[in-house]
Amino acid sequence: MDISEFIKKIEAEVEELTPGTLKPETAFRNLTEWSSMHALIIIALVDMEYDVTITGDDLRKCTTINDIYNFVKSKK
Amino acid sequence: MSAFIKAISYYLPPSKFTNSDYFNVFPEMAEKKNLERVGVKERRIVDPHLTSSDLGVSAAENIFLEHKIDRNEIDFILYCSLESDYLLPATSMVVHKRLMLSGNCGAIDLSVGCSGYPYALSIAKGLIESSGFKNILIINSSTLTKTIHLKDKASRFIFGDGAAATLVSSRDDNWGIGEFIFGSVSKMTDAIIIKDGGARNPISESSYIDYKDDYGNITDNAHLYMDGPSVFNFGLKAVPQMISDLLIKSKTELENIDLFIFHQANLFLIDSIRKKLLIPEEKVFNFMETVGNTVSASIPIAIYEAQKSGKITSGSKVLLAGFGVGLSTGATIIHF
Repeated sequence: MDISEFIKKIEAEVEELTPGTLKPETAFRNLTEWSSMHALIIIALVDMEYDVTITGDDLRKCTTINDIYNFVKSKK
Repeated sequence: MSAFIKAISYYLPPSKFTNSDYFNVFPEMAEKKNLERVGVKERRIVDPHLTSSDLGVSAAENIFLEHKIDRNEIDFILYCSLESDYLLPATSMVVHKRLMLSGNCGAIDLSVGCSGYPYALSIAKGLIESSGFKNILIINSSTLTKTIHLKDKASRFIFGDGAAATLVSSRDDNWGIGEFIFGSVSKMTDAIIIKDGGARNPISESSYIDYKDDYGNITDNAHLYMDGPSVFNFGLKAVPQMISDLLIKSKTELENIDLFIFHQANLFLIDSIRKKLLIPEEKVFNFMETVGNTVSASIPIAIYEAQKSGKITSGSKVLLAGFGVGLSTGATIIHF
């Protein structure tokens, strides 16, 4: 897996995001008002695409998209 | 001799809470297109002075009327709800009185939430097939919105109130209500909880101190708390596993199931579970757009609508899967 592919998948799932706006260093909570639905979308994506479980606690420790990506990579 | 689902009716309180009402309360949520994926456009909200037994009695009166059922023939009532009228006696007794059921009719409460329908069906099946009773009335009722904090934007979007009545009867066939699988992830009791107001933590001043979760949902210990991401992860893991186990126990294949009805938790979760199990979209029936998540009433309400729309007919094999507060799971296969 690589981060650009990971970002494309998130952009495809989160409808409010314009493709190309997300960067590895983006603090995702600041993009749009962070709601629990966004968390569910990321949980489902990581589960189905990478077979990795990311909990609410794991997400709390992440600030940027890169942090989520590194978490998923570390579990692969 | 086997137990089967003979009839279902339901009742919804008249007052509606639509998405446009919701966006008036939470204008900041109106821009979130992703909310549409939850699958709810309006919910019914119970009047504050009514209780779950009021909705349950209305659902039962509907089943007697709609299906011409003689109330004197009910042998047993299973009242499944998370809310009770009194600390004691059991709410099933209140319902028994108001429905004027026979003096020989047994009555118990089942304090089970979103997995409550499979649980109630399994007990009804046992009463019929092991103890020789003939007609079991199951009532699933939810007034959960009364427990939701007014500033809890996640739960106020998802939940609606309602009640369903199901008559389980005996017949001289060897098919009807099939095998069951149940599960309890009791280490997650705190994931969906109302902490204060029971015997462990009586209501005190501190019960009403607001707190905010990671996503801006506000609640307090006197109201419902739900850890959405944890419950979602539980659903993604526990439900596909339960369905695989049930298919093995029932010696059948996924392809042989005509229709799947999941507890109507949240359309996004149901769809994620469906994709994990590789179930074709047309084999999943959902009914939550106009009612929301009605806890243990959600599956019987969906069955009623699936029958009405011709998705379930005589001979259909339907897999039912409930999951939620506990955290608890239950599933069965019904041969209609």
